[in-house]
Amino acid sequence: MPSARSLKTWSWLHKWSSLVCTLFMLLLCLTGLPLIFHHEIGHLLGTEVEPPQTVHNGPRASLDEVVKAAHARHPERVVQFASLDEDDDRLWFVTLTPTPDPTDDFRSVAVDARTGQVLAEPRFDEGFMWVMFKLHVDLFAGLAGKLFLGAMGLLLLVAIVSGVVLYAPFMRKLDFGAVRRERSARVKWLDLHNLLGIVTLVWVFVVGATGMINTWADLMIKVWQFDQLNTLLAPYRGQPLVPPAERGSLQQSLDAALAQVPDQKLAFLAFPGTAFSSPHHTTFFLRGQTPLTSRLLQPVLVDARTAGVTAAPPLPWYLTALLVSQPLHFGDYGGMPMKILWALLDIATIVVLGSGLVLWFKRKQPRSLAEEAGATPADTTAAALEPTARPITTTTRGITP
Amino acid sequence: MSRPASPFWRLWGWPLVLGLLTASGLVSALVCDHWGDAWSWVGLGVPLAVVTWFAWKRPGTETRRDP
Repeated sequence: MPSARSLKTWSWLHKWSSLVCTLFMLLLCLTGLPLIFHHEIGHLLGTEVEPPQTVHNGPRASLDEVVKAAHARHPERVVQFASLDEDDDRLWFVTLTPTPDPTDDFRSVAVDARTGQVLAEPRFDEGFMWVMFKLHVDLFAGLAGKLFLGAMGLLLLVAIVSGVVLYAPFMRKLDFGAVRRERSARVKWLDLHNLLGIVTLVWVFVVGATGMINTWADLMIKVWQFDQLNTLLAPYRGQPLVPPAERGSLQQSLDAALAQVPDQKLAFLAFPGTAFSSPHHTTFFLRGQTPLTSRLLQPVLVDARTAGVTAAPPLPWYLTALLVSQPLHFGDYGGMPMKILWALLDIATIVVLGSGLVLWFKRKQPRSLAEEAGATPADTTAAALEPTARPITTTTRGITP
Repeated sequence: MSRPASPFWRLWGWPLVLGLLTASGLVSALVCDHWGDAWSWVGLGVPLAVVTWFAWKRPGTETRRDP
């Protein structure tokens, strides 16, 4: 329990950590709201690709055919990634960019996994949802924007912890959930801020912390390449990027990768030279089939020339942490009811942020808010704050204490 | 919660219960698809219902404990 002196420090911490991050957090809450439902919005807008409902007998198209069909649409580009749709294994998405380097300039080609026919070229890099996504992830400022939002996330966590510490003196004399409407508007907003803040605490902390972890994803992948892949790639040192013409069969590589790790499905593959692979490998990322293991990825490095497996290194702990943190941020792992609850909790957070701002704007009143609300520090003998609340009247309101 | 006299539980009892409920809901859906999902709706839904109840409660019904 904080003393009057430490209470001042905590108040200062809560005020400044919140003030700095609040506007950005409001932006993240607002842009995050449609992102919770991006699948459903995509269906409504008709931007989701649906495979044709035809009966397909016979073998499925090989991965080489799929990638060739997609590349034929954009021969001037290189293939960076190919992924199998999570919910529908009849769909491949192939990502093409000008160079193997990370970029926002990408094209996606959806290919029917059964026939190898190109189905559509959905544009994920334009429209309302793309703007929401970019504002939410990096403010259109790349890695710097991500790290900036990560720092704001850290301030949010500081604001949450200091807010919990301040909950005690403000609520000590009140019943849980009390909202004093008969008092000033300021006290009512304070009580609502405390109520919503303390009840949504765990959710906001988890979503804030996992969001912050996500801002470090690019850096973590760089560390992984540097730390783990460097040792594995020692035999290839000094060799240039394997040219597309000299690469082995993709289907054969995929089969070799799947045979390497039993009971795993393909999530996506990264082509040589891209951020998720090495210049000499096609890296297949496999995932498990249970709720938890389907979130984790097992990389299998396949030699791009020979289509033989080089290694299947276990994912380092920091990438495991990143992957587990993602569903906890997105709220996409408990069906539609969870998405709705996620949205409601997001709105509750907007109210907490908004009421915090209201309290700050209304701070310049004759009596301090702590005084007016009757906040009591633990050691009331040393109280710099007024220990007991007087009923506020029109006469006392005009007097500076 | 069983001893209402304790100031600690009076202050932190409900926040702790609702916090643990939220945490259990966040984890349950990660580890189990069927019951885990259903529990997560309870774990996240009950705190929201509690907030809504207190935020909308009319002034006449509220209580203020005297110091």
